[in-house]
Amino acid sequence: MNKIFEVPLYAYQRSPDQDAASPARHQAIVIGAGPIGLAAAIDLAQQGVEVVVLDDNDKVSFGSRAICFSQRTLDIADRLGAGRPMVEKGVQWDTGKVFFDDRQVYEFNLQPDTGYANPAFINLQQYYFENALVDRVRELQANGAPIEIRGRNKVEAIGTHDTHVTLEVETPEGPYNVETEWLIACDGAGSPTRRMLGLEFEGRVFEDNFLIADVVMEADFPSERWFWFDPPFNRGQSALLHKQPDNVWRIDLQLGWDIDKEREQRPENVIPRLKAMLGEDVAFDLEWVSIYTFQCRRMERFRYGRVLFAGDSAHQVSPFGARGANSGMQDADNLCWKLKLVIDGKAPELLLDSYSRERTQAADENITNSSRSTDFITPKSEMSRLLRDAVLDLSEEHEFARPLVNSGRLSTPCTYEGSSLSSADALDGPGITRPGSACPDAPLGDEFLLPKLAGKFTLLTIDADAPERIEEDGVEATRLALSVKDDLTLELKRRYLGDATSAVYLVRPDQHVAARRDTFEENAFRQAIRRATGKE
Amino acid sequence: MADLILTPNLDNADDFYAGLLAAHDGLSKTDSDALNARLILVLANHIGDADVLAQAVKTAAKKPG
Repeated sequence: MNKIFEVPLYAYQRSPDQDAASPARHQAIVIGAGPIGLAAAIDLAQQGVEVVVLDDNDKVSFGSRAICFSQRTLDIADRLGAGRPMVEKGVQWDTGKVFFDDRQVYEFNLQPDTGYANPAFINLQQYYFENALVDRVRELQANGAPIEIRGRNKVEAIGTHDTHVTLEVETPEGPYNVETEWLIACDGAGSPTRRMLGLEFEGRVFEDNFLIADVVMEADFPSERWFWFDPPFNRGQSALLHKQPDNVWRIDLQLGWDIDKEREQRPENVIPRLKAMLGEDVAFDLEWVSIYTFQCRRMERFRYGRVLFAGDSAHQVSPFGARGANSGMQDADNLCWKLKLVIDGKAPELLLDSYSRERTQAADENITNSSRSTDFITPKSEMSRLLRDAVLDLSEEHEFARPLVNSGRLSTPCTYEGSSLSSADALDGPGITRPGSACPDAPLGDEFLLPKLAGKFTLLTIDADAPERIEEDGVEATRLALSVKDDLTLELKRRYLGDATSAVYLVRPDQHVAARRDTFEENAFRQAIRRATGKE
Repeated sequence: MADLILTPNLDNADDFYAGLLAAHDGLSKTDSDALNARLILVLANHIGDADVLAQAVKTAAKKPG
């Protein structure tokens, strides 16, 4: 059977760089063609930055791996021109059910309010996610964009300099040298780049193993997230069932620490476990089995001179909460507009340090949330387990205990609280759109707000006057003029005005709020642009 | 008679729970049990209201109210 992850998608081809008399120099090189590397490359190429992606493989990810993609990730993918096929292929879900022992204790709805172009979450195998991004790369190439993926190009050595980075790359036809002004390392949790640069990466190891299995079955379980604490079929441990496209179901079973990994992965041991969970008479095929352990950790900084780290290479979390790939997408989102301004000489290199500051803040938030979920799901002491079971026990009857149940706090975009790029809040408006926040979507008749805020600085005015454009020291902001009347559902008012009667927002190219006030005041917004580009 | 609050009332449930686990971190089971006992007494004093406390005891004992 030729599955999508078994076919080379970017087969090795000889590059002219391999025959160059002296090493070619690129504007940007991305190491790793996973979701984050591809997203970063597309983002740069869309802005006209010349970029090469090097990957030691030539295929999309093996097995489903990351499967839960958040609304914020889909909003970013929309900006990259790849969101639609993901949503069309993905399984939408918003209901989660929690079971304890042999009974359901409660269920929750992820997004009770409406008025967003994208669903709260979709489930989609990582290989489909990557495939949609590779398709977008091909589309950009067909339109002449300066983007290239080189399969089976393995970086063996890295040399860092003030003005550039040198790479030694191994290929099936031998090694070559190449240079880049900027290097973005998206080479995963075991990042060879991190290792080659001798950078430390320490954190908390969780002593537990999880069996992850993708099974193909015709089953009438609904498209919901089902989570079990201490179920009869996996005593003392946890379990998760989640639907993916193509009748593939993700099953996650906690196994404990002292196990024989090789033995537990054998089909003759996996299948009885799955039958105990799904029922003896449910027919299924095993598509993919893996056992994973995890750590929660991050690099001290995500920028080292001209080398930038994004995604799992920079930070790792437990899988509970879908905070891995989703946070990596936000890394790329945060980084690429800044890099473009620096490359164009419109912002100081210092702006890239704000990438490190904002995204280490996000990583800390993700690590805190995912560590807490892990502590709840896999209690590490007798008292921790007693308290956990007491919460679950009470949650069945009493609403108060339900917010304490933690089967994963699902990924939400980080608000860059206190960022040096943000200006002081000067609007008596809703907290969800305070400076630092990712703009929430809002309906505008048949359209939505976010696509109108993409990839540039925007002066979003709601029932307020402002010039159609202002330019401050080479950086332009263009106006998007709206009125609360543009949205009869009043979500725009609720999310952006609150009790205020008018508002002007300065929105960054990554759709985060840089500044806001009730009316346009030229000096204030000029200063806000300077701040948002690292000049103040 | 005041009613026992059984709807969500914590400012930040996750912060509270993490703080509770941290207080128990590294303690033996006996020391953890003693900590819980002291915690119950501290909280009971803060609540004060005898009716509310009686309802809380019933709820925790899982007896019909």
